[in-house]
Amino acid sequence: MPDAPGLELIRGEIEAAHPGAVVDTGFAQERAVLSIDPVHLLAVLGWLREAPGQGYSFLSSLHAADYLPAEPRFAVHYELLNRDRVERIRVKALLADPGEDALPEIDSCVGLFPTAEFQEREVFDFFGIVFRGHPDLRRILLPEDYVGWPQRRDFPIGGEPVTFTYNERNYG
Amino acid sequence: MASPGANPHMAEGHGRNDETTASISDSLRSSEVMTVNIGPHHPATHGVLRLVVDLEGEVVRDLKPVIGYVHTGIEKSCEDKSYWKVIPFVERMDYVSYFFQMEAFCGAVERLIELEIPPRARYLRTIFLELNRIHSHLVWLGTTALDLGAISMLWYCFRERDRILDLFEMATGQRMHTRYFQVGGVIEDIPLGFEAKLREFVRDMPVRVGQYQALLDRNEVFLSRTKNTGIVSRERLLELGVTGPLLRAAGEPWDLRKAFDYLAYPELDFKIPVGTVGDNYDRYRVRVAEMVESTRIVEQALDGLPEGPFIADDRKYVLPPRSELSTSMESLIHHFKLVTEGYRVGPGEIYYAIESPRGELGCFVLADGSAKPARVHFRDPSFVNLQAFRDMSVGSYIADMICSLGMLDPILGGVDR
Repeated sequence: MPDAPGLELIRGEIEAAHPGAVVDTGFAQERAVLSIDPVHLLAVLGWLREAPGQGYSFLSSLHAADYLPAEPRFAVHYELLNRDRVERIRVKALLADPGEDALPEIDSCVGLFPTAEFQEREVFDFFGIVFRGHPDLRRILLPEDYVGWPQRRDFPIGGEPVTFTYNERNYG
Repeated sequence: MASPGANPHMAEGHGRNDETTASISDSLRSSEVMTVNIGPHHPATHGVLRLVVDLEGEVVRDLKPVIGYVHTGIEKSCEDKSYWKVIPFVERMDYVSYFFQMEAFCGAVERLIELEIPPRARYLRTIFLELNRIHSHLVWLGTTALDLGAISMLWYCFRERDRILDLFEMATGQRMHTRYFQVGGVIEDIPLGFEAKLREFVRDMPVRVGQYQALLDRNEVFLSRTKNTGIVSRERLLELGVTGPLLRAAGEPWDLRKAFDYLAYPELDFKIPVGTVGDNYDRYRVRVAEMVESTRIVEQALDGLPEGPFIADDRKYVLPPRSELSTSMESLIHHFKLVTEGYRVGPGEIYYAIESPRGELGCFVLADGSAKPARVHFRDPSFVNLQAFRDMSVGSYIADMICSLGMLDPILGGVDR
């Protein structure tokens, strides 16, 4: 892990190149977290990957979380890894809920990290976060005709009705 | 079988105009692309995996894995369970390496609440994880060799697998999905007689692995099916996020057990087997060598097993010993609170990754301060590794594709969750 001062150095360098990109940094449980504005996502990921002395070239995991009722509501997490120095850094792109039926959008990082293809589809499948520029953005685990985004916190457990044929026939 | 490009009928034959009539019609026939659906119910897909394959003759030109047939919403269900009730849920994702799912989840929660586990628990967990790794590789070896026609391998591998399951049953009461790891340690100490039985297994296992190798390593059919098939370069594997034996077979010595400091691994001496070419044969060799290394780890961990408690002594998170319940009112209250409500975890989030038999198994836990996790996500290695399957198969024969799928070793329960 980069230590806390190292994280602040990274923040400073990103801020110099892309003002307003970094919203916050965190160092809870000794894990470096960089919260960013999704507009600058590809710039930040590309910088962490390419800039000399950084080399976070391996994306271990891409997942999302719903922070309801916090605002901004969603975050897409990018767990980056530098395999030479064995350091992890988490980039958290904070995404606001556009409201109504509109879906939050973020740039796809498949061009930078081809491994993100399935994982972005999974995030789309469960959270309804649209990845702009993804080559094949379809549902991956749920049926294609499924309606709703089940991993959102306001989607009830049991939102998927289970058909009990015996009970329906005799007591329904 | 290895190089379909060498066959003139397969490689862009239709472009040439100086052929006889007969060979033109031959090449026209071979250039016809046919889409074939394999699975989801097919013994060679190792689970409920559906493959939509574009075939030109017998050569795979394109391939799409279709997944989700055993998706059961485990991650969503976990949000409705208190932390200690999540453990049996996550075990059922990757149903061949259940100890690893438990360790990923329990380890993540322990890091969130900053609970140190006692040394004996670290060693016991290491022993069971490595036994589970051998178990998982045995299931892989048996079923993959079965795909390649070596039926007897299945019986030999499952014979040893049964001994591991006997050991699990002896220590935990269950053969699979044991719920043995707890937040804070393990639920029970190993019983009397377990050590002797484990030592017997540890003594036998390298001999058995030698027997498997004697059966396969010089088997002409096995060699011609595996050598130089399914090669993907190391750079491409890294781009695709592939980890575990698949990456190591391509010559990249990357193993989280060495890279990161968790459980008892830093105190144990073991090697990371790597391949050179990155073909299916290397994948086989790497996994077989890993079984021997895991046996060494188990033996060392057993030798160095520290005395002392097997679970942390923090009554806010760990159940009090059963013997205290009839004598101590305070213990009874703790027990009641833990079982009915569960413990609360302060707000925070964590990503904790361990080396499973298939690669990096990561667990992301988001805690919101209540007794239930707000999100549990597993970065399953099978799910990510499956993306490399297209690269492994395109341009090869369909028979090699089946071989590559076996060597990829996906567990669909883990892919779909």
